[in-house]
Amino acid sequence: MSAWNQIYSAAPYRHMIKQKKRAVCALTVFFIAYYFALPLLVGYWPELMSRTAWGEANWAYLFAFSQFLMAWAIALIYMRFASRFDKMADDILADAAKSEPDGGGG
Amino acid sequence: MSLPLLMFLAFIAATLGITYWAAGRSSGETAFFAAGRRITGWQNGLAISGDYMSAASFLGIAGLIAFYGYDGFMYSVGFLVAYLTVLLVVAEPLRNSGKYTMADVLAYRLQERPVRAWASLSTLTVSTFYMIAQMVGAGALVSLLLAGSGIGYTTAVTGVGVLMIVYVVFGGMLATTWVQIVKAVLLMSGTFLLSVLVLAHFGFDLGELFKAATNITLQSDGAVVTRNFMEPGLYYKPPYGALDLISLGMALIFGTAGLPHILIRFYTVPDAKTARVSVFWAMLLIGAFYIMTTFLGFGAATIVGPDQITANGGTNMSAPLLAQALAGDVFFAFISAVAFATILAVVAGLTISASTSFAHDFYSNVLHHGSERRPGDEVRVARWTAFVVGAVSILIAIGLGPNANVAFLVGLAFAVAASANLPVILFSLYWKRFTTRGAVCGLAAGLLSSVGLILVSPSFMGIDGPEVAESARRLIQAPALYPLKNPGIVSIPLGFLAAVIGSLLSREPSAEHKYYELSVRANTGLGAEKAG
Repeated sequence: MSAWNQIYSAAPYRHMIKQKKRAVCALTVFFIAYYFALPLLVGYWPELMSRTAWGEANWAYLFAFSQFLMAWAIALIYMRFASRFDKMADDILADAAKSEPDGGGG
Repeated sequence: MSLPLLMFLAFIAATLGITYWAAGRSSGETAFFAAGRRITGWQNGLAISGDYMSAASFLGIAGLIAFYGYDGFMYSVGFLVAYLTVLLVVAEPLRNSGKYTMADVLAYRLQERPVRAWASLSTLTVSTFYMIAQMVGAGALVSLLLAGSGIGYTTAVTGVGVLMIVYVVFGGMLATTWVQIVKAVLLMSGTFLLSVLVLAHFGFDLGELFKAATNITLQSDGAVVTRNFMEPGLYYKPPYGALDLISLGMALIFGTAGLPHILIRFYTVPDAKTARVSVFWAMLLIGAFYIMTTFLGFGAATIVGPDQITANGGTNMSAPLLAQALAGDVFFAFISAVAFATILAVVAGLTISASTSFAHDFYSNVLHHGSERRPGDEVRVARWTAFVVGAVSILIAIGLGPNANVAFLVGLAFAVAASANLPVILFSLYWKRFTTRGAVCGLAAGLLSSVGLILVSPSFMGIDGPEVAESARRLIQAPALYPLKNPGIVSIPLGFLAAVIGSLLSREPSAEHKYYELSVRANTGLGAEKAG
């Protein structure tokens, strides 16, 4: 078994992949649903979305504007997750380097 | 000499200075193709923004909002949200497992030659279509902005083309990066100043701007009409408007993460973490910019007015004319120079992505089976390719002329990126059963269906009335077979489906076996290309 396979099938790596998959899938599903709600609502219910909501702005504009805040928020959340995954990956590589003197593949 | 021309020349001088500086540092493969992988996070964030925000964004979307209101803003939203796909699923694994091109990631597990050949064809298609759209736009625009300086369409196209060749051939990725950074700073400051002036015009009361936008008077088909620009549906009209909006959204959201000129930017940073940080910076800048497009667009609609813009050069002149109305000739010259910088930075990015893919994927790996005959061959081929790509683009843009309808080419580039490139990138990274046949099927189906659908869409087919000028008439005078402007809603599922079916109909044990290696590499950075 090569060094790559050893890392791949070891528990810490499986754990990291599972966590990563869960985080990325949840964020992706959310942002895609939130984003496509905009063309759907604006495209099929334009009268509803044209009603004024706040001051002079209508629902269509506010919902479009909220997409920017949504994108930034998701990006921030992902950045926080990612630094945790960075640490997990560093630990996995440090362990692999200890058990395999040539550092494993590469 | 006119003021805009003077500012154009100042920008050209600055960028040639950058190129001269970069030329001394661009010998060697990693230096030429990936700027030595030493670009920092915020620098790459600026460069991504500079690479991405084209004249179509700056002038095109401002113009679309100035003429159709809300619907133009839909592009702005999609252009930013698309970066979540880049951030969440593509940027880091790509940096960890590739070297210079998108195809590196595909070739990691699959058979190099067929996969690289198709990926290279797709890259060249996306880049040249996008480039021709930029060049025709640039020629028309520069001759308008420099009206009175005696610079016509042909001179403008040639000038832009020659400059982009010079940046890439002599300065490689390093010069391209810094031209993009300078452009991003100019574009952000120009847009910010313009937005502040628009808001000041309305007493810094956003409500007043919106109120003015609900009541725009313009000429439409010979009659004077009043429209509410805050309402959706003025550009994407029934019966197909809603579907077209969704189709556009799909192409933007899934296409950005497949644009070769954006993807190769991630090879210029030292590691995956920096790649991630750079996307975050890019998202802040790109988001801020696209929010401001509403101030530019609504500002142009309310302060200048659509009819006045039509009389002075058309939709693309909305932002420059707004600058002139608000702060006079010096500001007009500055905004014009920003538009010029915008075009140059984008075409330079496209040129280097096309030539990197041809040299690295096609020449080295398809023609010569990955064995470089002499050191430096790949860079030499890339320089020649940049020259050829540039020259061909100049000739095509001159041949098409300033009135050609080329806006659909940008949409086509995004559609090909989303339908051909993204499915195969995702499957190589995340699906163990993916095979070479699946990749070739996916790339071919995505590429051919996008191009095919565009050919039978309203961009090429339709019946033009007698008022349409000869040069602007559509190629096929018959009702369009495909009713939408954007092919994405059909071609993207087709690309994914073809990749899945192709994979399921074949077996490739070596690809499955290498999946473990790619997974570990992509997720931990083990064995990733180091900064040179």
